[in-house]
Amino acid sequence: MSAPVVIVGAGQAAASFISRHAALGSSEKLLLIGEEPHPPYQRPPLSKKYLLGELERERLFIRPLEWYAQQGVETRFDTRIDEIRPDRRQVVTADGENIDYDKLILCTGSHARRLPAEIGGNLPGVYTLRSIEDIDRMAPEFQAGRKLLVVGGGYIGLEAAAVARQLGLEVTLLEMADRILQRVAAAETSNYFRKLHSGHGVDLRESTRMTRLLEGDGTVCGAELESGEIIDAELVLVGIGGSPNTELAQAAGLDCDNGIRVNDICQSSEPDIFAAGDCASFSRNGQQIRLESVQNAADQGDLIARVLAGEDVSYTALPWFWSDQYDCKLQIVGLNQGHDHTVIRAGTSDSSLSVWYYQGDRLLAIDAMNEPKSYAFGRKIIENGVNPTPGQVADPATDLKALALGK
Amino acid sequence: MAKITWKMEDGSEITVDVKDGLNLMEAATANNVPHIEGECGGCLSCATCHVFVEPEWLARTGEVDDIEDTMLEMTDVEREDNSRLSCQIIASPELDGLVLHVPEPE
Repeated sequence: MSAPVVIVGAGQAAASFISRHAALGSSEKLLLIGEEPHPPYQRPPLSKKYLLGELERERLFIRPLEWYAQQGVETRFDTRIDEIRPDRRQVVTADGENIDYDKLILCTGSHARRLPAEIGGNLPGVYTLRSIEDIDRMAPEFQAGRKLLVVGGGYIGLEAAAVARQLGLEVTLLEMADRILQRVAAAETSNYFRKLHSGHGVDLRESTRMTRLLEGDGTVCGAELESGEIIDAELVLVGIGGSPNTELAQAAGLDCDNGIRVNDICQSSEPDIFAAGDCASFSRNGQQIRLESVQNAADQGDLIARVLAGEDVSYTALPWFWSDQYDCKLQIVGLNQGHDHTVIRAGTSDSSLSVWYYQGDRLLAIDAMNEPKSYAFGRKIIENGVNPTPGQVADPATDLKALALGK
Repeated sequence: MAKITWKMEDGSEITVDVKDGLNLMEAATANNVPHIEGECGGCLSCATCHVFVEPEWLARTGEVDDIEDTMLEMTDVEREDNSRLSCQIIASPELDGLVLHVPEPE
């Protein structure tokens, strides 16, 4: 009997791979191995509705547990892989068991960066946010009136700050760059979210460096800023970005470059090993990039199933992303890396706006805040290669749907 | 509880009792209805849970709000008058017997 296709890492990419594999009626046996005790689940709601207590755990699961068996997939959760042996086409579990594979799909994801232990990063009451367990640990601490310090003004930190304010906590957010979302968005988008959070009572401090977290009674009690100022806090959420889980791949000699390097069919430098999702690094428009998003994980997982089924496909999917904070729905389409200017399209209300990113005449991406039309039609505009002029975009009278259809 | 039926283009059908409060995208993915993906988890950002509602049921599935109306422009198979994003239809006893048609992208 031939060895199965082994999927290491049970997240969005794995679920998407299995769904497509099943839909295509592919015959290879699949073995899904996950380190967490759960079947693949959605991570985006963790920092939103799940933390808010509005979504039961079962509703996070992408497919119910029994679905995997129904698809003929063998699952082994709570199982860590410690080694890949490409020469023997084997993976080795933490218990020392050797498992043969025919093809190996690495969906190992990413992990939240922590603050160094020397400055209090491991103190009780300091959290990072990536898994169900992370939320289950921190949620009981999210009580009205308590003081939360958020370190890092990226999407995770901002979403958690929004949830905390909704639950009645006092929130201070520190960002060491001169503006929140600096690495991922234009100043106009940062300005929008600064105003949103300040309006909801977040004490938002940009260009602010923290020197260390402070300990009192065996738990975190605050932070000392570079200025010498002390911020009191009863709990701390660290949202300073993620790093790809590449240790296994690196140890096995696979090419890695801020992620497991894959070609346009998600194949690594070892032809029988593929990678998808947060852990994969790939080339887009001449740049080596890595995306932490549902879209990327789902589309790459889907693509690998098609590749294994013999389809002639390559990864060209247009990225999209979303965030919910208070009553703002942010929707993003495209990748803004390399943009040299932006154009603002005013929304239909005070709380709506879209930011259009250009490189020369070429439209790259759109951030749409409470502006679903800019997102939905903007996606078609980018897909259809329309490249509207800045004047067209900025003019509220421009009919985006007509523009998308080239009328 | 509501008995919901999804009808596929190839003539196959899936009928399931859905618990009140679940949305019909979740119910579809849990029961392996093909072509319903729901990648965004029901937050109106992906338009991958598009269904055509059997016309006689349309009014009972509720109003299409502005965001859903806009997102219906993004569906793979072009929208029609009875198009809905199934993540926005919530199971309730009034929907017992509902029939949804699942479009199949090319």
